[in-house]
Formats: sequence, structure tokens, C-alpha cells
Amino acid sequence: MRFGVVVFPGTWSDRDCGHVVRDVLGADLVYLWHKDRDLRGADCVILPGGFSYGDYLRAGAIARFSPVMETVAEFAARGGLVWGICNGFQVLCEAGLLPGALVRNDCLEFRCEWTHLRCEREATPFTGCLGRGQVVRVPIAHGEGNYVADPATLDALERRGQVVFRYCDAAGTTTRVANPNGSHANIAGIVNERGNVLGMMPHPERCAEAELGGTDGLLLFRSVLEAAAGAVRA
Amino acid sequence: MIARVVVMPKPVVNDPQGVTVRQGLNALGFGEVADVRVGKYIEVRLDGSSTEEAKRRVDDMCRRLLANQVIEDYHFDLEEPAG
Repeated sequence: MRFGVVVFPGTWSDRDCGHVVRDVLGADLVYLWHKDRDLRGADCVILPGGFSYGDYLRAGAIARFSPVMETVAEFAARGGLVWGICNGFQVLCEAGLLPGALVRNDCLEFRCEWTHLRCEREATPFTGCLGRGQVVRVPIAHGEGNYVADPATLDALERRGQVVFRYCDAAGTTTRVANPNGSHANIAGIVNERGNVLGMMPHPERCAEAELGGTDGLLLFRSVLEAAAGAVRA
Repeated sequence: MIARVVVMPKPVVNDPQGVTVRQGLNALGFGEVADVRVGKYIEVRLDGSSTEEAKRRVDDMCRRLLANQVIEDYHFDLEEPAG
């Protein structure tokens, strides 16, 4: 099982992701430069957090034109696993691989804090080790994580069960207070219709070791490891 | 030719920046300010094309990069070079 971690100019969470993949999970790791067109045998491509291209124009707007994104889009179309975290989620929305968009947090603040997430769908390659309704504790660090989409898209996401994570309190209730950015329906993460592309604002790579205050994030990496056995290879 | 592009958040998209600026103006005594929306202004300088061609090209630029039509609307004017 090999993870490919994409590095854009301005990406900042690539080494965190790489550390979890290689040193904690024990999987193969390859870093993919934004100019690469070859995914070098990755079973799962991670678009990590950061400020790709300085978030110029809009978060993720420029990164989607990177050569590597053409190959990532083809890989996703073949059913390959693509996982966008934070800025990676913004890139996936700008690239049209996921519906909707992420706009400025309604509080106008950059929020860097622990959140609770309720798993709404366990039957994805990213959440197989979680149970439906399970609450995990995962940190966020973003200024533009407020998920929006037109009403028809939001209805379709709910109807097809594409909402994977919602911000909630420790007991699993989706309250207004538990929503750090104003996202519609407390949405923290969604998958595409086929279920092989996940975008999420919280950072599971920052809570995969007890020393960092939590290990819930490792459950997502483990899920991908288990799912990759039957997945498409780049 | 210069294209003056204005990109605005769609009316249905919540604009917390605009709300905050409106509150600031109200606090400064501008009680008549009922609403503020904050968008972007972009100038694009184009090399020698006809107005019709430039209009078509700039519209394409807006749709493909300058605006995200999920959350933003755009409009633009073209200014012919003087002389």
C-alpha cells in the first residue's frame, strides 16, 4: 500500500501526512511534486493542508491547474482514492472533483482548535474503521472552511449519503456552537457520488499519535490501508 | 485594451466580511448603511484583440478562473486604449 502526498508551493501539512503514513502507519510513501504527472504507483493520493500558491485569488483556485492535478483527476475518474485535507478539500472543490465551495469562516477568524466530528457514513474507503455515529476528536486550522453549495446540490449530498463528517459536540449532537466556521448543516467532510474522493477540513494527520493529544485520526489512515487492497492503482 | 472585472459573492451566499464592514460603518455613525457586500476588482490588460474577441475571451477567463460560479457572480467592462 502506497500513499502519494502531493506538494504544491505553499503546502504545509505534507510532512505531517508523510510522517503518519511512513512512521506511524508503516505504509509506503512517495511525495508528488506539483509538476509531476506520474503518481508513481500510489494507491491513495493525499492533497494536504496549507496555502497552495498563497491562496491567491481563492483558496485552491491556482493549485487545480497544476500538472499533477490532471493526473489526479484521471486517477479519481478511474476510481482511485483521492483524499483532500483542509486546503486539499478546497482544491478538490475548485477542480470540480467535489461539489460546492469553501468560503470565509462566518466568524471571520482563523480557527485553530480541536473539534468533534460525527461519522455519518462508515461505508467509504476512508471510514471503514469507524462506526456510523461514532464521534472522533480531530483538530482544525483554517480561515476558509465554511462549506456552501446551492440548495439542489445540498439536497443531493444528503439524499445520497455523501456527507461523511459533521461538526458536533462531545456527545455527538450537531449544535450551532460546535460548528466552528458556519458550514451548512455542520458539514466537515464529503465524498463524491462514487465514494472514492473525500474532502474534509479537519486534520486527521495531526492526531495520529498519543503525544499529539489524540489518535482518532489514525483510524482514517487505517481505513484507507484496509480499503486499498481492492482499490485502483495509479 | 483593459478589462475591468468585478467579482461579487452571490446574493444567496452569506458574506460575513460585508456584514462586519456594515456594522463598522453603522458604529461610525453611518446609520443609513443597510447592507455591504465585499467583492474583488481585477484589471486585465490584453494585447491587440477586437472588442468582440476580447469580450468573449474575458468572459471565458471569468468562467474558468477569475470567478467561482458556485459562490460568485462577475461582470466586466472593456476600456479601449486612448488615442
